[in-house]
Amino acid sequence: MSLFIVNILDGLVTGLLLFMLCSGLTLIFSMMGVLNFAHASFYMLGAYFAYQISLFAGFWVGLIVAPIIVGVMGALIERYGLRRVHQYGHVPELIFTFGLALLIEEFVQFFWGRQQVPYNPPAALDFTAFAIAGNTFPAYKVFMIFMAIGLFLVLLYILTRTRIGMTIQAALSYPETVQNLGHNVPMVFMGVFGVGTAMAGLAGVIAGPVMGTFPGMAFTLGAIVFVCIVVGGLGSLWGALVASLLIGWIQTFAASYNLRMEDLLVWLGFEKPMLMWESAWQDLWTLTLPQVGPILPYLLMVIVLVVRPQGLFGKRET
Amino acid sequence: MSTPSTNPLTAGTSRLIPLNHALPWIIAAVALVLLPVIFDSRSALTIMNQMAITIVFALAYNMLLGQGGMLSFGHAVYMGLGGFFSMHVMNWMSVDPWLPLPVLPIFGGLFGLLFAFLIGWFSTRRAGTTFAMISLGVGQLVASLSIIIVIFFGGEEGISGNRTEMLPFFGLDFGQQIEVYYLTAVWLLIAALGMFLYSRTPMGRLANAVRDNEERAEFLGYSQRNVRWISFCASGFFAGIAGALFAINFEILTEENLNLATSGTILLVTFLGGVGFFIGPIIGAIVFTLLQTVLSLHTDIWALYVGILFVATVMFFPFGLTGLLALHVLPWKLGKIGYLAKPYAKMIVPALALVLSAAAVLEILFHVRHAGRGENEMTIYWTTFDSHSPLPLILGIVVAVVSAYALAKLAPGLKAAWDEATTMREAGQ
Repeated sequence: MSLFIVNILDGLVTGLLLFMLCSGLTLIFSMMGVLNFAHASFYMLGAYFAYQISLFAGFWVGLIVAPIIVGVMGALIERYGLRRVHQYGHVPELIFTFGLALLIEEFVQFFWGRQQVPYNPPAALDFTAFAIAGNTFPAYKVFMIFMAIGLFLVLLYILTRTRIGMTIQAALSYPETVQNLGHNVPMVFMGVFGVGTAMAGLAGVIAGPVMGTFPGMAFTLGAIVFVCIVVGGLGSLWGALVASLLIGWIQTFAASYNLRMEDLLVWLGFEKPMLMWESAWQDLWTLTLPQVGPILPYLLMVIVLVVRPQGLFGKRET
Repeated sequence: MSTPSTNPLTAGTSRLIPLNHALPWIIAAVALVLLPVIFDSRSALTIMNQMAITIVFALAYNMLLGQGGMLSFGHAVYMGLGGFFSMHVMNWMSVDPWLPLPVLPIFGGLFGLLFAFLIGWFSTRRAGTTFAMISLGVGQLVASLSIIIVIFFGGEEGISGNRTEMLPFFGLDFGQQIEVYYLTAVWLLIAALGMFLYSRTPMGRLANAVRDNEERAEFLGYSQRNVRWISFCASGFFAGIAGALFAINFEILTEENLNLATSGTILLVTFLGGVGFFIGPIIGAIVFTLLQTVLSLHTDIWALYVGILFVATVMFFPFGLTGLLALHVLPWKLGKIGYLAKPYAKMIVPALALVLSAAAVLEILFHVRHAGRGENEMTIYWTTFDSHSPLPLILGIVVAVVSAYALAKLAPGLKAAWDEATTMREAGQ
């Protein structure tokens, strides 16, 4: 039971982290109709910038400054890159962001090398928050949970309770009308893109010390983020939240419970082959849950797409 | 440029294949025969084989992206699966040889086709972003599965085989690299011709129609989903052939043949060459393979240069290298290509200076960040200097800025010459 609670919390950390990326990505998608393939690359840039800043000024300065730098970069890329490509259509836009993701990975390797950099949690949070029957839970992960929830509440407040949020929501549905009412809609787009990438950067800053800061971190997480978006339904913020938490828990639980296919097959009444390495079904017999854990999100996505192509919370097929 | 069939008097008597249609293929075939005579070193043959495989794969990819408007982030799956299956066939044949090696690509193609049929069933329902995301997910799924399903994919070390143990083909056992080259070249011609002819069938034209306006195609009575599905299957078939050629050439397949990096590379190759033209992916594959081979010999950061080139292509030349060349067809036809010679000649020096100095700045920065302690000396452009001293870096930046400024100054001249060269009216009027 205690392991179960720790897993629930660990899955919550992963899920909320995924949601910090998914929320920005979803906002950008609903606004511009383009899926930003490089979104996870901004997450990586956040981690690397924060690492570089933490070398000189410590973790807390990095926490504030790195997301701002990432957000400004994102806004500039929207203004001078994406807006230019926008005239060619959605597919070239997607290809542009894909190229950007490749380029950012190369740049990160250019400056920081191919190895993982030693980006660590700050000393102030480097202790055990609590332990449940021998399973410890670090204070840094508690900090991550509060950061993510805090960010989500701020985002929700801005989007639903402030004038800026109203303008953004209106620009999502009726950009021309909002433009005619005197709002600078391209500016709003640029701002949303900047804020979305800054949120990804913030996710990178707080995830870097736990998940590792290395050049492959963008593509590792990026693919999962897209799965969340598709499973939740393209453009649905609530769908993104549910899918992120679902996938966070699936991954955590799959990694920590060593269920074996062998036991299941024996329980079902199949006979275990005497010479395992000559059996055609060897891979099925030796399968374990931690082994299939990494592919479960993709499997979930394929199943959702076959059964419900618009995603769990999507209103329409896009 | 009139084809014989446009004249009603000679329409019935025209030859089945007009000569001007067959000529590029005859030239290509002659070139493929002659190339290994000119470049006969072992490494040149390896590069040409790799080029041929990339061409087949890029052409298959362009059947989706260029002709069908479907952006796939997981097309390596069909090439990889075709390759893995061919490798298994190769290994079965070495136990009981009853088929020669040259028929192997058919097996690869059919296996690619089978999986394209299965996956296309649910992935081709929508085009655009949804299709791209599904292809990414399926690609990741298959790449991760390849580690788990050891019996087919061989786990982390992949599977390998020996091509010489199949049934001899007219006395050839394909132990020599030159024999493999000619096998690959023949299959390249067959596959390229097949894909070209396919693009000229009503089915190929329908793929274009669905790409441009799926709703209208639907109203005309064609199911957009089925059109996409069939294109997807055809593309999977030819990608499988490319996979089999890979298996024959390299005799090993691993997870690397299925993953996102390979899928991304083929997108890059195809887009660099130009998606709007049949010949685009061919040019892209040739240029990319040459870039990869030449640059990786000289610098550690070649992938960065290729990435910059790719992003620049997407931003400024969305029709790729072929599109850039095709822009010059109109001045050529008007007989005004000479108008462009002078501004081009003026711009070539600053353009080269910009590229070389920018590359030098990147190389110096890279050396400063990654060379071992005490290794301050570096050599670029036949000059050796201390990479930690600011002078070379400043020099590089200054040259880059000055040449960029010169280019910006010369740009209006080129634009004027361009307008002049692409209008019908005579000069001086």
